[in-house]
Amino acid sequence: MKAGVVVFPGSNCDRDAFWAIKKPLGEEVEFIWHKDSDLSMFDLVILPGGFSYGDYLRTGAIAKFSPVMSAVKNFSEKGGLVLGICNGFQILLECGLLPGAMIPNEHLRFICKDVHLRVERNDTPFTNSMKVGQILRIPIAHFEGNYYADDATIERIEKKGSVIFRYCDENGEVSERTNPNGSRNNIAGLMNESGNILGMMPHPERASEKLLGSVDGLRIFESILSYCKTRLHSE
Amino acid sequence: MKYRAKVIVKKIENVADPEGKAIFEALFRLGYENVSSVRSGKLFFVDLESGSVDEARKEVEVIARDFLSNPIIERFDFELEVLG
Repeated sequence: MKAGVVVFPGSNCDRDAFWAIKKPLGEEVEFIWHKDSDLSMFDLVILPGGFSYGDYLRTGAIAKFSPVMSAVKNFSEKGGLVLGICNGFQILLECGLLPGAMIPNEHLRFICKDVHLRVERNDTPFTNSMKVGQILRIPIAHFEGNYYADDATIERIEKKGSVIFRYCDENGEVSERTNPNGSRNNIAGLMNESGNILGMMPHPERASEKLLGSVDGLRIFESILSYCKTRLHSE
Repeated sequence: MKYRAKVIVKKIENVADPEGKAIFEALFRLGYENVSSVRSGKLFFVDLESGSVDEARKEVEVIARDFLSNPIIERFDFELEVLG
């Protein structure tokens, strides 16, 4: 598997994402400058966390016009896997590659802590190594992680099974109490209808080594690797 | 001709506005019990050269709709002023 990590001006979680692929996962990975447009050599493109363009205007609003994003759009239309983490998720939303938008956390605080996520589906390239209902412990670090979409969009994404992760507690309870930022329906991770683009606010790259306290994030990268290997064998 | 567009971007009504809420609560604590609501927004001054008012208006409309605002959570309005 070959992964690429996009670097926008202001991205600051690109190196952690690079490390998670290179060391714990042990696969090939390269940085992709935001002005690059050739993604043909990659199986997975990661849009990392950070503050692209300083979050000016709206978070992810300026990054959506970086030259690399039309390449990412074409790449995803051809079936390439895209993983947007935190700011990466915000960019995917601004681009319209995923539905909805992010607004400031309900309690107006930057939240930096471990959260629990309930796995809603395991028949995806991102979660095939997990069980439905499995609980992952992965950190979040964001100010604008409050997922919003109107009622019709929420109904559609729930019906289509696009929600992949929900904020919960250590027992898997999904409720207002277990929602750290006010996201509608406790949505923490969302997939597109074609099933090849995942956006998630938590940082799996920060939960990829025992030294960091959790390897639950590594399970996502392992799922992606497994999917890529299966796809290669069937070609 | 030079024009200045004053673009106001505000969140749509049913989208949570934590900043507006925080400002409203602070105003209440400052003694302004007669203030019933605060909604926050953004203001942009966009200066541009254009052939006519209509052309400038159309261009600002596109800029405001496709870039300065996110139609999922915001609406915009603008005024145009001739600078000279």
